[in-house]
Amino acid sequence: MASRPDRNQATHEADRKLRVMLIDGRESRSTDLAEGLEQSGCQVVHRSRLDSDIERAITQCCPDVIIIDLESPDRDTLEGMCRIGAEHPRPIVMFVDETDRDSIRSAMQAGVAAYVVRGSSPDRVRPVLDVAIARFQHHEALKAELRQVKSTLEERKIIERAKGILMQKRGLCEADAYAALRKMAMTRSMKIHDVAEQVIAMSDWL
Amino acid sequence: MGSGATIGTRAIGPPSRGLERTGLRLGFVALSDCAPLVIAKERGFFRRHGLSVTLERQASWSNIRDKVTAGMLDGAQMLAPMPLAATLGLEGVMAPIIAPLALSAAGNAVTVSGDLYDRMREFAPESIEGRFDVGDALRHVIREGRVRGDPPLRFAVVHPYSSHHYQLAYWLAAAGIDPQRDVLLSVIPPASMVRALQRGEIDGYAVGEPWNQLALDLGIGAPIITCHEIWQSAPEKVFAVTEEWAEQHPNTLRALLRALLEASEWLDRPENRLEAVHVIAGESYVDAPVATVIQSLIRSTRTGSAQLGAGTKHIFHAGAATFPWVSHAVWFLTQMLRWGQIEKPIDIESIARRVYRTDLYRDAAEDLGIAFPEMEMKIEGTHEAAWPLLRASAEITMGPDRFIDGRVFRPDEPIAYLESFEISAMRVRLDDLAVVNSRTRRDAGHTSSGGDEKRGSSLER
Repeated sequence: MASRPDRNQATHEADRKLRVMLIDGRESRSTDLAEGLEQSGCQVVHRSRLDSDIERAITQCCPDVIIIDLESPDRDTLEGMCRIGAEHPRPIVMFVDETDRDSIRSAMQAGVAAYVVRGSSPDRVRPVLDVAIARFQHHEALKAELRQVKSTLEERKIIERAKGILMQKRGLCEADAYAALRKMAMTRSMKIHDVAEQVIAMSDWL
Repeated sequence: MGSGATIGTRAIGPPSRGLERTGLRLGFVALSDCAPLVIAKERGFFRRHGLSVTLERQASWSNIRDKVTAGMLDGAQMLAPMPLAATLGLEGVMAPIIAPLALSAAGNAVTVSGDLYDRMREFAPESIEGRFDVGDALRHVIREGRVRGDPPLRFAVVHPYSSHHYQLAYWLAAAGIDPQRDVLLSVIPPASMVRALQRGEIDGYAVGEPWNQLALDLGIGAPIITCHEIWQSAPEKVFAVTEEWAEQHPNTLRALLRALLEASEWLDRPENRLEAVHVIAGESYVDAPVATVIQSLIRSTRTGSAQLGAGTKHIFHAGAATFPWVSHAVWFLTQMLRWGQIEKPIDIESIARRVYRTDLYRDAAEDLGIAFPEMEMKIEGTHEAAWPLLRASAEITMGPDRFIDGRVFRPDEPIAYLESFEISAMRVRLDDLAVVNSRTRRDAGHTSSGGDEKRGSSLER
């Protein structure tokens, strides 16, 4: 008999949307993650700016889960909230799924950490972390791609300049200048872009 | 005085004996006491021992712990109590981490807001040269605030498992202030302390330099007591790796420790400190103005004087500052117990010996010509001035080790020590603790992982 109210409460608890707080200084990533979490049935209660008082935000928003950029200095503050001083109204612990220790590692490699309010069910938190890992990885991949594009553009520019130098100083046509660069690269087993850099560096003596 | 721990001329042995690895990633936090790591790299001490080290700056202590645990860093600078907390699993994941070398001692102070300072002054009309009993004054302010119904004062430290936390709590309690009932404690990263004080989010903090001096310079706060006054020559940071990493890379670890020992010795020579300031202030390291970093390495050279800010200078080598005293680990464990961070009875000395590895230290220091203690534990709180440590490979001039309340800490009697505190927040019953720890003493020969010393008699007074 006494268990009935408890069960009601438990059902209520499970029906309620999981309240998630995001602490991430990178705007586009955090927007993307908020969207992803809301699609998967969570309520994003707070998206933190870099200079806000994290402790107050947590006390006001009462999140169940906090997703934080691994590189945020606020992590120490979060960890302090349950291990220092008097009982905090919402003690917070780092999310560790005991059944799968690799999850910590994959989260860290993606650059994200999750903290839960003590007592939250791991079954409900796990999907939140999965979404976060996926979105963080996606953004990391985008960043890497952007870097790649930038460096490819940069390489092309360098080759163009080296070609120009050869055309001017040796009186070659464009096709011959490129062929000369390629031949140099092959005989020295270097990348064509590295040869081009050397040509530019040596241009004063050519 | 720093030369007291050096004997003879430097004899460098063969650079390496079968290094398991040469390319290493080590983590640090942008504080001036990351200096031994930075100097070991920049002055070529790592290279001399066959190591190619990348130093990676980390935004938080939590990050350092997690990356070392997950193998994303080979080793790192850590707050001295952190490896103990990690090995005990106090932070969620049980991750055995060891400290085979200490990186620094001293360097912290307590600062309060200008407003709080003024209120404290009202209770201390008779000051001598601007100094007054700050603990007593703070207790009066708190009592007055309670009568008026003010919200409690808020103090911040840098991490739950930090020397700063235990120093602040020790001082407050010694002044009759309960750090868990009379004030609110929270954690704020060092670089955000001054801003939080300025915004009124906190009323005071305990932190390393330059963050105390900066509050004074900006007219935001007043440093009121140095942690050197709370516990002289207190241990501060350690070099840490996981237990597993140490087992898998014994020769690499030895080479690392040797390079760090040489760097620490180099750093404590006064003629090198200015060069050190310029190196560590650099943008890849502390990334702060030279004028600010100078404060913690050079300027506040006088200790024990009445001048505010004195005694905050870091010690890197003098007085066996690099030695991972098992007794220091025992002291940290007593404070974790005292403030309720440890919730189950633990075998105090076994944990201390498992984490603070004097055996690895000695193996590295042996033929470097650096004198090292030939004991694991020492009594704290009995020396007001420098004293000679004779039970060492060569005599070492040790620094003073007094506590502010004059209490004496005997590491072989941690339970009696815990019992002696009027203010504490224990979650473990002393009786239960006594049961676990008396068993240790009987089994002494089997439980120690690091030391091979006799107990009890090995204490130096």
